[in-house]
Amino acid sequence: MNNGDLKSELHPSDLARTATVGARTRPLRAALSALGIMIGIGAMVAVLGLSESSKSELLEQLEQLGTNLLTVQAGAGIGRGDAVLPEESVAMIERIGPVEATAYVSSVDANAYRTDLVPEAQTGGIAVRAAEPNLLETLGGTMAAGVFLDGATASYPAVVLGSVAADRLGIRSLENSPQIWLGGEWFAVIGILDGLTLHPDLDRSAIIGEIAADEFLDHDQAPTTVYVRTQPENVLSVANVLPATANPEFPDQIQVTRPTDTLEAAEAADDTLTALFLGLGAVALLVGGVGIANVMVISVLERRSEIGLRRALGATRRHITYQFLGEALLLAGVGGLAGVLLGSGVTAAWAAYQGWDTLVPLVAVVGGVVAALAIGAVAGLYPALRAARLSPTEALRG
Amino acid sequence: MNTVLALENVVKEYPLTPPVRALAGVDLTIEAGELLAVVGPSGSGKSTMLHIMGTLDRPTKGDVSVAGYRVSELSDAELSGLRSRHIGFVFQAFYLLTGYSALDNVADGLLYTGVPLDERRARASAALETVGLSHRLDHVATQLSGGERQRVAIARAIVGKPSIVLADEPTGNLDSTTSSGIVELFHELNRAGSTIVVVTHDPEISASLPRIIHLRDGLIESDRVRELSS
Repeated sequence: MNNGDLKSELHPSDLARTATVGARTRPLRAALSALGIMIGIGAMVAVLGLSESSKSELLEQLEQLGTNLLTVQAGAGIGRGDAVLPEESVAMIERIGPVEATAYVSSVDANAYRTDLVPEAQTGGIAVRAAEPNLLETLGGTMAAGVFLDGATASYPAVVLGSVAADRLGIRSLENSPQIWLGGEWFAVIGILDGLTLHPDLDRSAIIGEIAADEFLDHDQAPTTVYVRTQPENVLSVANVLPATANPEFPDQIQVTRPTDTLEAAEAADDTLTALFLGLGAVALLVGGVGIANVMVISVLERRSEIGLRRALGATRRHITYQFLGEALLLAGVGGLAGVLLGSGVTAAWAAYQGWDTLVPLVAVVGGVVAALAIGAVAGLYPALRAARLSPTEALRG
Repeated sequence: MNTVLALENVVKEYPLTPPVRALAGVDLTIEAGELLAVVGPSGSGKSTMLHIMGTLDRPTKGDVSVAGYRVSELSDAELSGLRSRHIGFVFQAFYLLTGYSALDNVADGLLYTGVPLDERRARASAALETVGLSHRLDHVATQLSGGERQRVAIARAIVGKPSIVLADEPTGNLDSTTSSGIVELFHELNRAGSTIVVVTHDPEISASLPRIIHLRDGLIESDRVRELSS
């Protein structure tokens, strides 16, 4: 007799239905085992999402600040004292082709006090610096109150306070025209700067005009720091020639830095943390996978009679394998999807709280689901094969 | 006559120490349209014989043919196919899927035959009508009485119109009134053309069936056919 008609068949749609039997008959257990995967995937997606969102925030910040700003300082080292740049260095730097703007500050040997009654030793850590009116524009800074120095006020006893300096002096507004006692003279406060992310030293400074410094404080020091804006595409080449330009005699004493590098370094440190948290997420995922394997092994033990019945109804070993493997994939897949939603939700909530744009990388979404399915497949394979290996009579004995 | 099941000198040994010989050379022929009881004390080999007749297990020696197929010539997957198309099972513990309706439980009798879901359900509905449960289609297993559950299981066994139905202690979990209802159902199905083998240790049930096979120590002790007054 021809055995060709003895084919046991299971449509893919029916296979999918049999894979839901466990979840339908024991929904709580299914939900709990999917929860493990959900937490693992959720943690990983959230870590990637938060890292990406904060990075996008950083990039935005960098764009706003501009990465084409360089600072030139005389390398201060042991025995060098207060290092200054050569007098002519600013003029030399301005002659470099791709340089768009320069501004410099010089340290003034004076202290700033709220009144002339404050003891001299209580400097409040506020430095006094002389600057040109174009400093604000070159740095891309903004004013919290008042105005910056201009051609006129730069020659008067007028002062602009950095945000921290203003705070320490207790000056929060320009009402009542506040004055401060600076280097033995009264200086009128005409402006307060917003915080300068990249220049915390200026935040703690009282800035007066170069001419005023010369006139009222007898200051004739050479520049201590030159800020250089270059064409964005030539930042590195300008940085390379700056030492020799600023001080042809001792170029190795010149320090050129790019302030945005510190932000990028901080971000690199964040990347290390991200890797650590991803590792923790992976551990959670693994534990979730073990949970699914555990539930599947128990399920196979408990459902021996169902397995026996299915074999009696005509299921092949392969059908039984597929059913239990499908069930593990279903649990893991649902857990993975829920985890992606959870991770995205956490990212969105935290980003909203921080005022960032929400950014969940596609690779995290797709990778999350794929990782969950892979874990499910590994976790489900052994129990599924065990279920298939059961002989029908053994299974029917319960 | 049309033979649906034949056992020729079937021996089944379990490799224990000492080896257990559950069937010690059984010859049996079942023709289409028969309704018979297999009885015997515990350990006489009833269940082993049912499993071998149902191709759930292979004999150590001897030949088994079901619906014209020689079991020894079939692969494991082909045996599954044979069961899905030619053999219906009824178990003592019903084995219904909890959480699923009576209709879907019966439709599962055709699950591995490749019949599409709609048709499976339509045929399940007809089978449930045959066993007198057309009003219980949507009830889940837990909402049914013991007798109703066994009727659902019987509907599942006959939904594919198998060549033979094998019932293993089908009334073992039921009270006597419900049991006689089930036995009556077997008679009805048999009159409609089904070939049914009932393994039981209940003499009352076996006495009501036209052919009784007594097993003892793995051998057929007697094989009696009686004319029953209907």
